[in-house]
Amino acid sequence: MDKHFARSEMLPPLPPPLTERGVVKWLRENLFSTPFNIALTLFGILVLWWLVSTSLPWWLNSVWVADSLGQCRDIVAANAGEGATGACWASIHVWWGAFIFGFYPPEEWWRPILAFGLLFAALAPVLFAGQKRNLTLLLGVVAAFLLVTLWLAGTPTLAFLLAVALIAGLVGLAQVAPGRLLWFTLVYPALCFWLLWGGSIWSPLVAMAGFAVLYAVFRAASPLIGLSPAAGAGFVAAVLWWLYLDAPVAAALQSVLPLAIEAINSDQFGGFLLATVIGVTGISFSLPIGILLALGRQSDMLIVKTLSVGFIEFVRGVPLITLLFTASLLLQYFLPPGTNFDIILRVIILVTFFAAAYLAEVIRGGLAALPRGQYEAADALGLDYWRAQRLIILPQALKISIPAIVSTFIGLFKDTTLVSFVGLMDPLRGVTTILRADINWKGIYWEPYIFVGFIFFLICFGMSRYSMYLEKKLKTDHR
Amino acid sequence: MKKSVFFGALAATTLVAGLSSAGTVDDIKARGELICGSNTGLTGFGTPDASGNWTGFDVDLCRAIAAAVLGDATKVKFVPTTGETRFTALQSGEVDLLVRNSTWTASRDSELALDFVAVNYYDGQGFMVKKDLGVSSAKELDGATVCIQTGTTTELNLADFFKQNNISYQPVTVADDSEAQRQYLAGACDAYTTDASGLAASRATMPDAENHVILPEIISKEPLGPVVRHGDNNWGDVVRWTYYALLIAEEKGITAANVEEVLASTTDEEVKRLLGASGDMGVKFGLDNAAFKNAIMAGGNYGEIFARNIGEGTSINLARGLNALWTQGGLQYAPPFR
Amino acid sequence: MAMATDVPKDGFRLSMLVYDTRYRSYTIQIVVLVLFALAVAWLLNNTVQNLEARGKEFNFGFLWQRAGYDIGQQLIPYSNDDTHFRALLVGLLNTLVVAFFGCIFATVLGVIIGVLRLSKNWLVGRLMTVYVEAFRNVPLLLWILLSYVILSETTPNPKDFRLTDEMAAAGEAPAASMMFWDSVAVTNRGTNIPSPLFERGLGSVDLGLFTVNLTLLAVIAVIAGSVWFNRRLLSGARARQESTGDRPVTWWKSLLILFAPITLLLLAMGFHLEVPTLQGFNFKGGILVAHSFTALLIALTLYTAAFIAEIVRAGIQAISRGQSEAAFALGLRPGRTMNLVILPQALRVIIPPLISQYLNLTKNTSLGIAVSYLDLRGTLGGITLNQTGRELECMLLMMLIYLSISLSISAVMNMYNNSVQLKAR
Repeated sequence: MDKHFARSEMLPPLPPPLTERGVVKWLRENLFSTPFNIALTLFGILVLWWLVSTSLPWWLNSVWVADSLGQCRDIVAANAGEGATGACWASIHVWWGAFIFGFYPPEEWWRPILAFGLLFAALAPVLFAGQKRNLTLLLGVVAAFLLVTLWLAGTPTLAFLLAVALIAGLVGLAQVAPGRLLWFTLVYPALCFWLLWGGSIWSPLVAMAGFAVLYAVFRAASPLIGLSPAAGAGFVAAVLWWLYLDAPVAAALQSVLPLAIEAINSDQFGGFLLATVIGVTGISFSLPIGILLALGRQSDMLIVKTLSVGFIEFVRGVPLITLLFTASLLLQYFLPPGTNFDIILRVIILVTFFAAAYLAEVIRGGLAALPRGQYEAADALGLDYWRAQRLIILPQALKISIPAIVSTFIGLFKDTTLVSFVGLMDPLRGVTTILRADINWKGIYWEPYIFVGFIFFLICFGMSRYSMYLEKKLKTDHR
Repeated sequence: MKKSVFFGALAATTLVAGLSSAGTVDDIKARGELICGSNTGLTGFGTPDASGNWTGFDVDLCRAIAAAVLGDATKVKFVPTTGETRFTALQSGEVDLLVRNSTWTASRDSELALDFVAVNYYDGQGFMVKKDLGVSSAKELDGATVCIQTGTTTELNLADFFKQNNISYQPVTVADDSEAQRQYLAGACDAYTTDASGLAASRATMPDAENHVILPEIISKEPLGPVVRHGDNNWGDVVRWTYYALLIAEEKGITAANVEEVLASTTDEEVKRLLGASGDMGVKFGLDNAAFKNAIMAGGNYGEIFARNIGEGTSINLARGLNALWTQGGLQYAPPFR
Repeated sequence: MAMATDVPKDGFRLSMLVYDTRYRSYTIQIVVLVLFALAVAWLLNNTVQNLEARGKEFNFGFLWQRAGYDIGQQLIPYSNDDTHFRALLVGLLNTLVVAFFGCIFATVLGVIIGVLRLSKNWLVGRLMTVYVEAFRNVPLLLWILLSYVILSETTPNPKDFRLTDEMAAAGEAPAASMMFWDSVAVTNRGTNIPSPLFERGLGSVDLGLFTVNLTLLAVIAVIAGSVWFNRRLLSGARARQESTGDRPVTWWKSLLILFAPITLLLLAMGFHLEVPTLQGFNFKGGILVAHSFTALLIALTLYTAAFIAEIVRAGIQAISRGQSEAAFALGLRPGRTMNLVILPQALRVIIPPLISQYLNLTKNTSLGIAVSYLDLRGTLGGITLNQTGRELECMLLMMLIYLSISLSISAVMNMYNNSVQLKAR
């Protein structure tokens, strides 16, 4: 007889007590763990309830199609009874074109759309240098976006076909020689300018030719007089080209082979188109200036350092709005009598300075984060200053700085709303003011702000998520 | 070597810049476009619609001038200016003229180096209050909160008015007309003060217009008119006489519709001169001889422009009042066209 | 073979300016300096020419002319008969007061939200994330405009506070009532708060440009004195604790030192509050805080707090877990762990980005233009500029003032930063 008792298998574990499992456990741990937490939770619920209960009827009574605010009010009153409030999204429905494109002629909307899509195609080789898969993916997304939106915008057939050919060419190039895509990035500013402002295709081409002149003179002169003087000579030649030859050559070419699209005045730019143009141009032109300023600030040369620090601290010390007023009120004092150019261009110049000062600080942070050894290694290899910067220091410093650069861009993009104070049609206050001066919509208030705020949120939130992703990605492989 | 090139480049820029300021009329012709400084949006006087077409009382004057100079009323670029940027935009040559309900004052004429060439709207500053406030005169507004647009002459007038009457007020400054209207309707101020035309326009678009009254006091003279820079008298003359042409046209009964008809049948020498059928008045201004005919054809005479944009029957519903022709008891008077 | 660094004997050649590293930096600096001087000279020359062309001259004499306009919020006495310079001062003070309170409130709110965002409470954590993302990713201008609308649309009209005879007869209460024991009235045109009054104040001394309020000065002096004595007391107690091991009881002495002198002073000067009352169109008496101020303050606070919350969160997360585990091992409660161990260390990470947030907030006060808050930009850069037509002088002066404010804030905060940073020994 076998007397001993031994369990031959494990007992099945008992289910955890009711308070330790499922929803209850989750609730207890996450919402009601301590009296303080219970209070916080109740407070949170209260806030949520207040938000929902005060605004829900207004949202539910939304009117989407109407011709005027009065009509909207009538429809709300008819549907929900007298005294009910309701959102009047019909105003956005009628004015959405102005919010996105300003007064850019609707039949030309395909141009800013194309320029916007190609912007990403131009960024792709910079963001994903050497990563063929990502490159192709991004270009594919751009192609799909452009095909759909260009179709919707009613693009003329010829332009549509050319755009398709261009995108197909880019995608093809990405398969064959991804490195060559960088050429497109270099050409893109001129292309974008031409697409947005229109006019003769020769003016941007001839202007870009100035850079070719610079390079040609540099190459031709450097064996004769050495690198730095050659660079100076090239620069002077390019400036001379722009001053004296640019306009006549462009005019001559235009008369020989007239290739032009309808010119658009910059007073017709507005809405998110304007915000994007100012933001993107500002940040891209400020990048080289910012790098130079950051290097200047780190330099051993007293005068260069003083000037850089002075510029950076001055621009960072005054509000952007005073710089914008400078663009609109003071620039005319500082330029030769009689010179006059577009307010948008003036604003872009000042915004570029503004962004350059901030980027300089961001890049300085990147430079400071590099271990001293990198500089010493560059010196040990016998590299001169510019080679060391170009080959060793800057690639690493810029890579570390990318998330901060994206944040600067988000800040700048939000700040473009301030241009309304100098009379430009930014989406937030400029277009909204005009909408509210329209006799049909006089008295509307919340809807345009909510609409514009929502779009800003989508764009900025997307970018900040992207920068966080980048930060994580860069963190793992750095040091 | 580098330095001399730099100076050369500088000289060149100065030269290029210097060449461009020959005379405003020539500049406009060379450019093929009139640049008109406008409001950022003032109902009835100048505001764009959803597709960017500007309309309004001031806008139509710009179009008439464009028609006079370029023969085409559509060749106008409107540059929206704020109360702060408007005069600088004009001084710097960013705009050719400013038609943006700006008040003609001595200091603006002298200190700011501007020329007010005509008065296209005689206005005055008034007050609007809600009926249930129980106020019938502005002098009863002691201690009231008053909404006022910043950057305008109205601020100074308001301060002067309350001081003269020895009563106090609390100013609430607002940025633009639509914001002022919202504040006023929300009750953030007891009274809203601006040009009487603006008050009428605001009141007309309110859902409960009958609950608001415009007080009888007009506390200032606000002659509003087109402004040009000092120093280019010919351009000032063109603007002034285009405006007078519109007035004469109303006086003589010439409208946009019947201008050709009148031209064919008229025996009035002044009308013939005005429409370019005899003499060379247009050429004397450096324009085409049919310039003023084009101006009238662009948007009709002064009366038509008024009636279409802000007159009785529009939603703004302003009476002609001071702006009637002198023959009808108003102040609008054009010197003889000879 | 000569060393590379040996000075060549064949004298100085012009090309050495470019190729010889000993001279190159001087060459570059001189070229830069010359270019800079040329650019400045060019700009100055243009400015002089432009001023001439417009028949204007560059001088600041207009600052002493009569301003002629009124300002809604004035911290120092001002009327439309005063000069533009005084209007400038009023505007400057308005800028500073928003910046000051904005920085304080944003810091408090930002720290709370940053800590709550790390809270284990799921709902609160999510709510705070939504708050931070919403405020960070939408332009500040929108928040300013929205808070202004909300303030003026949802608050009652002054006449809603009135108790008419019919209402009294019918036993009804007015539609709106004052808060905090009938001392604060929030209307749709501003917040009326009680103002401090003194029956036997010390008067004021006129120093030409400024008037010094002796009463205020006395109050500040007494408070500063009390705080200083209290610190002496506490450091004495700490010294005793360190030498003997037991800490003398100080709390009642502290209370006495901190509150008794100021109470006595206020009593002596006959301190009382003037409560706003409804008279005519508006509340009279007390201080009216305009909604443009409140809206700007709220928007700046909420917006900047979202950024500060992120900074605080990053600072706390930068402290290694071992620190809090060590503190728990010592038996410290979570609250004290946060106060004594985590926050002091996180502070070192937090302060530098916090400085730049303070600077941003101060610069962003200039957006008060959107709600017509008459700050420095509204007075000097707005109405004064507009009425006198002196763009150049007004803008340059305004930039200079903003620049000095920014530089002083960063100087002060950097001093503080240096005092809390870990001293390398």
